[in-house]
Amino acid sequence: MSAQDFNKLAVLFPDEVVTHSYVQDIILPGVDGAPSAGTFALATLDNGLDHRRPTTLGPNSLVEFGTVLEAQRGRAAKGEIVGVGVTGKPFFLAAGADLSAVKGLKDKEAGLWMAQLGHDVYSTLNNLGVPSFVFINGVALGGGLEIALNANYRTVSTGAGALALPEAFLGLVPGWGGVYLLPRLIGPANAVQVMIENPLSNNRTLSGAAAYKLGIADALFEPADFLEQSLNWAARVLAGAETPARPNAVAEPLSEENSAAWDAAVVRAKEFVEAKTSNAAPAPARVIELLEKGKQFSKAESFAAEDQALAELMQTPQFRDTVYAFLDLVQKRAKRPAGAPDPKLARPVTKVGVVGAGLMAGQFALLFARLLKVPVVMTDIDQERVDRGVGHVHAEVDKMLGKGRLSQDAANRTKALVTGSVSKQAFADADFVIEAVFEELNVKKAVFAEVEAIVSPECILATNTSSLSVTAMAEDLMHPERVVGFHFFNPVALMPLLEIVRAPKTDDAVLATAFTTAKALRKSAVLVKDAAAFVVNRVLLRLMAEVSKAFDEGTDAAVADNALRPLGLPMTPFNLLAMVGIPVAQHVTESLHAAFGDRFHVSANQQALIDAGLKGLWETAEDGTQHIPASTLALLDFGNSPSTSAELLRKTQDALAEEIGLMLDEGVVAGPQDIDLCMILGAGWPMHLGGITPYLDRVGASERVNGKLFHPAA
Amino acid sequence: MSQNRQVRDVVFVDGVRTPFGRAGEKGIYADTRADDLVVKCIRELMRRNPQLPAERIDEVAIAATTQTGDQGLTIGRTAALLAGLPQSVPGFAIDRMCAGAMTAVTTTASGIGFGAYDVVIAGGVEHMGHHPMGSGADPNPRFMSERIVDPAALNMGNTAENLHDRFPAITKDRTDAYAVASQAKLAAAYQNGQIQPDLVPIATLKPGHGWTVNTVDEPPRPGTSLDDLTALRTPFRAHGRVTAGNAAGLNDGATVALLASADAAAELGLPVKMRLVSYAFAGVAPEVMGIGPVPATEKALKNAGLSIADIGLFEINEAFAVQVLSFLDHFNMADDDPRVNRYGGAIAVGHPLASSGVRLMNQLARQFAEDPSVQYGMTTMCVGLGMGGTVIWENPHFIPSGSPASQARPGTPAAVAPDSAAASNTATTEGDAS
Repeated sequence: MSAQDFNKLAVLFPDEVVTHSYVQDIILPGVDGAPSAGTFALATLDNGLDHRRPTTLGPNSLVEFGTVLEAQRGRAAKGEIVGVGVTGKPFFLAAGADLSAVKGLKDKEAGLWMAQLGHDVYSTLNNLGVPSFVFINGVALGGGLEIALNANYRTVSTGAGALALPEAFLGLVPGWGGVYLLPRLIGPANAVQVMIENPLSNNRTLSGAAAYKLGIADALFEPADFLEQSLNWAARVLAGAETPARPNAVAEPLSEENSAAWDAAVVRAKEFVEAKTSNAAPAPARVIELLEKGKQFSKAESFAAEDQALAELMQTPQFRDTVYAFLDLVQKRAKRPAGAPDPKLARPVTKVGVVGAGLMAGQFALLFARLLKVPVVMTDIDQERVDRGVGHVHAEVDKMLGKGRLSQDAANRTKALVTGSVSKQAFADADFVIEAVFEELNVKKAVFAEVEAIVSPECILATNTSSLSVTAMAEDLMHPERVVGFHFFNPVALMPLLEIVRAPKTDDAVLATAFTTAKALRKSAVLVKDAAAFVVNRVLLRLMAEVSKAFDEGTDAAVADNALRPLGLPMTPFNLLAMVGIPVAQHVTESLHAAFGDRFHVSANQQALIDAGLKGLWETAEDGTQHIPASTLALLDFGNSPSTSAELLRKTQDALAEEIGLMLDEGVVAGPQDIDLCMILGAGWPMHLGGITPYLDRVGASERVNGKLFHPAA
Repeated sequence: MSQNRQVRDVVFVDGVRTPFGRAGEKGIYADTRADDLVVKCIRELMRRNPQLPAERIDEVAIAATTQTGDQGLTIGRTAALLAGLPQSVPGFAIDRMCAGAMTAVTTTASGIGFGAYDVVIAGGVEHMGHHPMGSGADPNPRFMSERIVDPAALNMGNTAENLHDRFPAITKDRTDAYAVASQAKLAAAYQNGQIQPDLVPIATLKPGHGWTVNTVDEPPRPGTSLDDLTALRTPFRAHGRVTAGNAAGLNDGATVALLASADAAAELGLPVKMRLVSYAFAGVAPEVMGIGPVPATEKALKNAGLSIADIGLFEINEAFAVQVLSFLDHFNMADDDPRVNRYGGAIAVGHPLASSGVRLMNQLARQFAEDPSVQYGMTTMCVGLGMGGTVIWENPHFIPSGSPASQARPGTPAAVAPDSAAASNTATTEGDAS
């Protein structure tokens, strides 16, 4: 086959941002005093745009690349060139397949063409008649890194970031040869790390140096003269003066030892995927299957199996939903929050006040001081609490210093920024005061009234409330327009979501300042209306309410706690309850019950656990199995209408569709995308369900309950 | 301390440069930063001299005529950091227009002689595509109102025409013939592989064309004939004499050299390609700046206690053929004197202003190694606004012919005179390691 045979596919994408393949002939330097090692054809992958638009590989790009490589094969046959190299525009080799193009492939046949096209083009790299080299100068993701894997030799820059095979995360397989070539190049255990563990660990990537260490590249050079040195190295390889060592490579036929290592790597991969995803998405298992069978496969057999896997996975909702969640939401919408006012309206924040010196207040103080780098003053009712609070922050700074996450200078600076006072007069010149006091409306109102008497009329008063009315908190103030909800998730330093709550009187300058501050704190902010529990807690607690109701009605605990496995939640409902704290969950559920009625079931059994001082339902035995102690069961009352797993799953799907439908009707957020973004970033819900609303559409819950889809166009 | 201070011998260890490019949108460096050119030279210099620990470098002096944009921000320091030299290595920027790199060398060499440095990097860069001559300059109106400088002197082409006026014996025929010879000599030097060893390959990315690697100079026009040159117009004066063919072009390029005290070179096992004898700068009327090398050379010879007859090799920068010929006429040397510019000159290879001084030194160093019959050589150049600069070097490979007459060593500091001959002889064994 030839790349040109795939024009049938390329013509389907007239609007593709094409990555061109430009070839220049390079006269290689002579090696060790010898005359020039010959003419070398160097192809540059370049879409002609700057670093904000990574080079990606759509059908047109691949056809051009393949055609260019075939031309080099012709030149090699005529003896015109001694080698072929591929590199990229600055900062990128290639960021992988063009996902928006792949997502748009209408049927399985088109997907199969796309898979075969990649194989056809990349295989040419191994069949040129002269050696091929890839100089990995920058980002090389997925299909980008597979270009390198298909070549004979590779160099990598110490400045190259983001080298990875993220397909298992995206809902695909590294199916342009990666799954076959990588375990042979770097060993099966390392390949599992790159193809399975990294993608499923927040999409972790490798640096150039790490990739070199694993054996993905044969040589490592610094960015300042990376290409010159890579070409010099290529000349040495071609002259026979250099032979890469590749200590991790696995030769075929496999030795007994390598065969056992291969099997062990497969087992390890399976365990990892089970623990991480409950096997809720198909792609990781497909990667492992190809790895497992790949041990015996010939290259042609593997490539054919990869084509089938890609073609099938491209049509799965999990792949489409991941692209929606990852590209449309996390990469795009999170960076341009819907409804945020013009950032030009924002005012500078040069000093921050934190009311309270408890643990939550300390987390705020540390985050603000580290990232805003402005003075932060914490207040509390007596000197002892203040000292303890400031001391706690300083100790946290020292811990970061000890771990090497802060330099000594930065630690000194951060500590000096965080001070405490028993008098709120210390807030007099603050621009932003956030309260972290007891979750009780009258307490918060009193605090804001007291602070307002001291600060300037423009100073923002922010509340971290998770369940109280921000509107009510503002209503008796002289300047209610200054109040905004600033709802963090615990642990504050780690969780990427911030719900920014606009009360009816909150003005645009205050809101804009809240958004720019969120950005400076490296949080993804979502604008929400002042409605009970906002987004994440309302959705989570509606889910919890269904589970606890079923449990109270007599559903077996294991059934109740595992029925929602298909949702791919990061932890089971009862484990989540124990982590949040049953009293906290109960408190918020009560306020939601007060606001919305019986949709939020207040569980008498949970109250019984609280009254008994119990922190959770499950107890873990020494062998790792979980059970509910008899003493706990004795406290609980059950009905006699248990649900099956399937019934509870369906009830919960319907409940979520109903609740989210109501939230959208109430205008809590701008659209279902914001609900999904909140659940992904604030609760760790899986991207392969697109958060939640694409899943609810897919399983029919949206239509059953609301009579319409959340995403009608999809 | 100061009473006991000894002046120390300074040696030229090694030098490299980028291939020179033609300035402008079509030039090979149109999309390449000036500082990156310097950085790649420094890194190549370090690779060529692996026995030199980077932390032993005491200074990085980089010249640029226009010190803004990609030549701004104290380019000696930025280039050192970008090249990956240790943070402990300082750097500075320096400017004497065309003699920038030459002045970087003489200034840091003086620091070595004084004992402030052991090892330095000195060089220069000019990206005349990014920084056209005089861009951003704001000449003081007093230059004109008080006739301190003839306005014509701000344009180098005019000063070359003025030089023709002053020396009517230098005709356009002579300058064109000189230029043809310069092209031919450079072509021969390329043929003989005398230029390539000191060039640093530079990868460049041209939009729509991909990466390429530049390994040869872009400006040369080998095969240029007298007829070709006669046809060229004279842009500075109607029916004038100065053309694009008998002058250096507008170019992009960078050079760097490694200098050391003789002691440090011996300690670190660094090769010695040349020994510094003396240097001088001198001023002349700005409107005839091209005559600058004459008084500078006389001064440098006087400092060294040498006469022009002692100089066996000349590397004179060819800003304009007329300026070279005025120098040769002054010293009664023939237009085709075989001691002068054996590899051709800037008329052929190009003249990225502040970088050229080290190119002259690289070439003189190679000619020293090729020709041990020569004891002394000279690098000299004219400088805008009426100056000249000359550096006299001694050949460490020199083998006296016939009886070794008592070799007084001009320019040798008295304090090191007794043993310096031996020191310089032992230090030359690795000369020309490239």
